[in-house]
Amino acid sequence: MRKDKIDLDEFEKEDMNGVSPMERREFLKIGLAITGIFAGGTLLSAVSTMSRVFASADEYAEKYPYKPHYSMVMRQDRCIDCERCMEACIVTNDVPDYGYRTTILQKDSPDAIGQKREFIPVLCNQCNNPPCVRACPTKATYKDKKNGIVMMEYKKCIGCKTCVVACPYNARYFNEEKHAIDKCNFCVDTRLSKGEKLTACAAACPAGVRIFGDLSDTGSEVYRLIHQIERPVWVMRPEVGAKPNVFYMKG
Amino acid sequence: MPNELKTAKVSDIVKDVTRSFDSDVASNWYSNLLELLSGGKSYYVLLIITAVIVFAASFTTLNALNIGYRHAYNVTREIPWGILISTYIFFVVTSTGLCIVSSIGHVFGVKDFMPIAKRAVFMSIVTITVGFTVIFFEIENPFRMALYNVISPGLTSNIWWMGTLYGAYMVFMIIEYIFLLLNMHSIAMYAGLAGLLSGLAAHSNLGAIFGMLHAREFWYGPYLPIYFIVSALASGCAAIIIFTYLGYKINNEKMDKPMERAMEVVSKLGALMVAVLIFFNVWKIITGFVGGAGKQEALTAMFAGPYAFNFWFFEVMLGMLLPFALFLYSKGKNIPMMFLASVLMTVGIFIMRYDLVVIGQVVPSYHELGVNEYKGLLQYRPSFYEIMVVVAGVGITALSFMVGERVFKGHKSEIH
Repeated sequence: MRKDKIDLDEFEKEDMNGVSPMERREFLKIGLAITGIFAGGTLLSAVSTMSRVFASADEYAEKYPYKPHYSMVMRQDRCIDCERCMEACIVTNDVPDYGYRTTILQKDSPDAIGQKREFIPVLCNQCNNPPCVRACPTKATYKDKKNGIVMMEYKKCIGCKTCVVACPYNARYFNEEKHAIDKCNFCVDTRLSKGEKLTACAAACPAGVRIFGDLSDTGSEVYRLIHQIERPVWVMRPEVGAKPNVFYMKG
Repeated sequence: MPNELKTAKVSDIVKDVTRSFDSDVASNWYSNLLELLSGGKSYYVLLIITAVIVFAASFTTLNALNIGYRHAYNVTREIPWGILISTYIFFVVTSTGLCIVSSIGHVFGVKDFMPIAKRAVFMSIVTITVGFTVIFFEIENPFRMALYNVISPGLTSNIWWMGTLYGAYMVFMIIEYIFLLLNMHSIAMYAGLAGLLSGLAAHSNLGAIFGMLHAREFWYGPYLPIYFIVSALASGCAAIIIFTYLGYKINNEKMDKPMERAMEVVSKLGALMVAVLIFFNVWKIITGFVGGAGKQEALTAMFAGPYAFNFWFFEVMLGMLLPFALFLYSKGKNIPMMFLASVLMTVGIFIMRYDLVVIGQVVPSYHELGVNEYKGLLQYRPSFYEIMVVVAGVGITALSFMVGERVFKGHKSEIH
């Protein structure tokens, strides 16, 4: 179907009254797509967010295979690198000084106008298609059937470190005290199972960067942040196809 | 009735086995052991030096267990696989190669390959054992592996398949060797066939461990499982020429006509496999340079970056071009020249494994994000302890080879 061209000469005023809602939406979409492309190489445009962030949402019979489907949205531009999330994680989960479950990366853009440095918090992405789980020879790491968290059963870990190499997000390290690979598990053993609603890092964040919640709950904040089209939402390294459950956005 | 038949057969075999043990074989081993104690002077000097090296290296290695791998080894969170993984690969590749090349003769009946079989099977058992020894010092909890591989198998994991199949392979090869010693060739042949099949499956799974890591562009794809089989054949040919040549030196014997012929065909197969390796490498590089940024970065590191010397000097010159030229020039007749070609090739292939493992990890996970932490390539240098594990592995191989030559009297075979 061919759309009619807008003939500006026919307009009495050069305002938007003469532009149909359809055309307006098309125009906005182009704008959003361009924003998405320019915002970074690994970024996905937020036009129709859900179908894009999962790259192939249709593969799932239901949109979110787990109940609750735990997820985290990083409101990246709010991060000020105070590292309280890292401290809270270390204290809560007994993380040794030679390792980390979550950290904050720094990115400098010298050519940017105004602010030239941004902070990017990272942790295990609790992927729906986790490369680490497939590679484990003893099922020491597995996807929890109920909540989708990528778990460790420490006593089964042989320490071959294949999962460490397999992980696209550098989320795993060998813990000497546990004699096993250790990783973020959204504080399921230390907090969630004890009735807490947030992970230690999310609870400690003073700037509201880490929004934690249940994606399968349409009333949750993570659901609302991802199911909107005003602001771009993206995931890290979508090309790997791991289908992560940690999302990033600005604004 | 069938049951009776079966028992009759089994008892026959048992009788055969015990008879052989009773008579020649057992007494042969005994006399050979005595002979070992009255060997030549230079042989002894070498044997003692190797034993001392093995002892020192093993002692250091055990110390690494004590102080913890995190302190003893230079592997990190970002590069968790280092020279021990590549050395493990080197040894099991050599073992698989020895098994494949020797099977051409005693499994598939190609006469020209038969004289090399016994020594090759013996050394394939030695090298797989050394491979397992090296990985024992790499894996953090090897004892858990023995338990949970069985009661909690991860069937989607290539590591699981590789470990299990290599375990079976080792058992089959030992059975094969025992029956070769007993001169019961039909049973040896079936064990050899089972060993060959499990070895091939195990080895391509070893390639697939890397080939199926889709977060690592440098490795990902069907290339590595196939390449591993080809490079095993190349390694196997080189190892056979090295061990056979040295074996005849140790025993101070001259090769007979069938053995010379065997060396000739092995060197020709080796040259062919090197040619295939060159072909594989050329296409890996050409396809890589039109791939993703991560792969290009890794290839550039190999080509013109910190691994350029490893690549051009060790992999290309020593590993491929020189051996290929020497194999051709020797025409399969000049055995010292073929020996030199094989030694160069083995050194080149050792570095090839190292580069394959390390370069696959030097591009950080968050490299393309452009963050300050991961702007450059990551670095890894093996630590003293890691090198000592490698030295111990090479030493044990040399020691077992030298002792084996004497105890099994130059692995003379009576295959007809």
